[in-house]
Amino acid sequence: MVRRGQIRIFDIVNFLLLAFVAFASLFPFIHMASVALSSPEYVVRNVVGLWPRGFQWDAVSAALGDKRLWIGYRNTLLYLVLGSCISMTLTIMGAYALSRKSLIFGKAVMMIIVFTIMFNGGMIPFYLVMKSYGLMDTIWAMVLPSAINTYNLIIMRTFFQGLPVEIEESGRIDGLSDFGLLPSIIIPLSKPVLMTVGLFYAVEIWNSFSAALLLLRDPNLFPLQLMIRNLVVVGQSGDVLETAAASGKTVVLESLKYALILLGSLPIIMVYPFIQKHFEQGALIGSVKG
Amino acid sequence: MKPTVFKRLKRDRIYLLLLAPVLLYYILFKYVPMFGIVISFKDYNLFKGVWASEWVGLKYYEWFLRNPDAWNIIRNTLLLGLYRFLFLYPTPIMLAVLFYLMRWKRYRRLVQTVSYMPFFMSQVVISSILIMLLSPSTGWINQMIKWAGFEPIYFLQKAEWFRTIYIASDIWQQVGFSTIIYLAALAAIDPQLYEAARMDGAGRWKQTLHVTLPGIVPAMVIVFILQLGGILELSFDKAFLLGNVATLETSDIISTYVYRTGIIGGSYSYASAIDLSMAVISLLLIYTANRVSRKVGETSLW
Repeated sequence: MVRRGQIRIFDIVNFLLLAFVAFASLFPFIHMASVALSSPEYVVRNVVGLWPRGFQWDAVSAALGDKRLWIGYRNTLLYLVLGSCISMTLTIMGAYALSRKSLIFGKAVMMIIVFTIMFNGGMIPFYLVMKSYGLMDTIWAMVLPSAINTYNLIIMRTFFQGLPVEIEESGRIDGLSDFGLLPSIIIPLSKPVLMTVGLFYAVEIWNSFSAALLLLRDPNLFPLQLMIRNLVVVGQSGDVLETAAASGKTVVLESLKYALILLGSLPIIMVYPFIQKHFEQGALIGSVKG
Repeated sequence: MKPTVFKRLKRDRIYLLLLAPVLLYYILFKYVPMFGIVISFKDYNLFKGVWASEWVGLKYYEWFLRNPDAWNIIRNTLLLGLYRFLFLYPTPIMLAVLFYLMRWKRYRRLVQTVSYMPFFMSQVVISSILIMLLSPSTGWINQMIKWAGFEPIYFLQKAEWFRTIYIASDIWQQVGFSTIIYLAALAAIDPQLYEAARMDGAGRWKQTLHVTLPGIVPAMVIVFILQLGGILELSFDKAFLLGNVATLETSDIISTYVYRTGIIGGSYSYASAIDLSMAVISLLLIYTANRVSRKVGETSLW
């Protein structure tokens, strides 16, 4: 609570501190885009800071010319659509059933589920068991093992529990069964939580990296993040550079790498302003768990 | 009278039906791997599989404790977790108070929105950007260092820099988003308390000290306890992406060591023995933290 009044030194200091926070949060992304869109002469001289110099698309188009990036995009999109559908279906089913306070064995099931937050078998048993299920090198490796996120399940269950009982009762009077209530009453009333949890799943799948590292060997199945890591961190981007040079483009490695990272994060950067408030909502429901 | 089990089963059959695939998921993907840890007590044989391999008792645990690398890895994991906690705990509280005291609401919203963004970027993107920014020859940070007249620093090749980079970038990624819980607590403070404090002659500073801060103490306690419980939950992705052979001395933590010796090296039983030891410590930490938070904060994770 700040009362209207004169501006004090603190307000100015606070303004500057927050300006620094905003700058620090954005600078790496802006710098990345600037270098990716600058011409080689400026990049080589290291004079690109906050805005592109000698604006050109060559690095981005060279990156876009690499087939691996497109395979990555295609795979990530496939995993995103398939994974989100499976995750949402399972989470809604589980959360709806567990939101019944009188459900038989409900408490026991909840304990079984929550225990998995605290303890897991670790990487090696996970890897061996997934292998024995035949998930190695299949698209299912990217959607099944992480299908339910327990925190998301709890967020949704808490929301369902908070829905007014009266509405449900009126649905029953209109002749709906337990099962019929879900699509015709519960889901339409739960749009905010469905949106939030759906976004959490989508971002999680878009960003997931270690599952692919563990379970995929076939480069044709690699998601975008693994491709970016191989191209940028491991340094396989050299051959993209050679292909670009052969086609008469002058690109420097630094621009190319930034262009690859940019393309790997662009979808999230673009949708971020529209979905940001849902994340806030989700974090708030998530932080008060029943 | 309470209905019998059979009647309740019949009454809840639709819900149990909905729950069945969910339970199946937890069994197949969480509990079966959990029981798979028996391989740490066995000599894992690729052809016999997990269940038919020979029992060897605590052999691999002894191996680990005799391995001179072991203590280094345990120390790295504990120190990284501890430092991360020490720096990641107070920063969101400070930032939340700054947000709260910002009198230009639109500006505050803008900064808030922008500061959440790094949280939603993948560890691959974050690590890639860090590697680029820290590059000794072309990275922007070393440009600034050279510009200021100093020698460039080979940040990612020097073991002594790893923890600083890991923790500083973690703060950068998470501080904004972590303010949300404190902002919710701050928004719930009764304005009348400020009114009363002003009547008593409290200035802005005194009001912050005696009304604002006490208002978020419950949130601070809960976050403190929960983060203390999760102290060993370090990101494999980030340590794996940022660490390299040159920095193993500080960058090798349990999860990267398990990946290297187990998945890459093929010593499945040995690697899972190490993983299990750490998971047990972690479980104890989380369990204790939750018990305490239930007592102190009257709320808990579950």
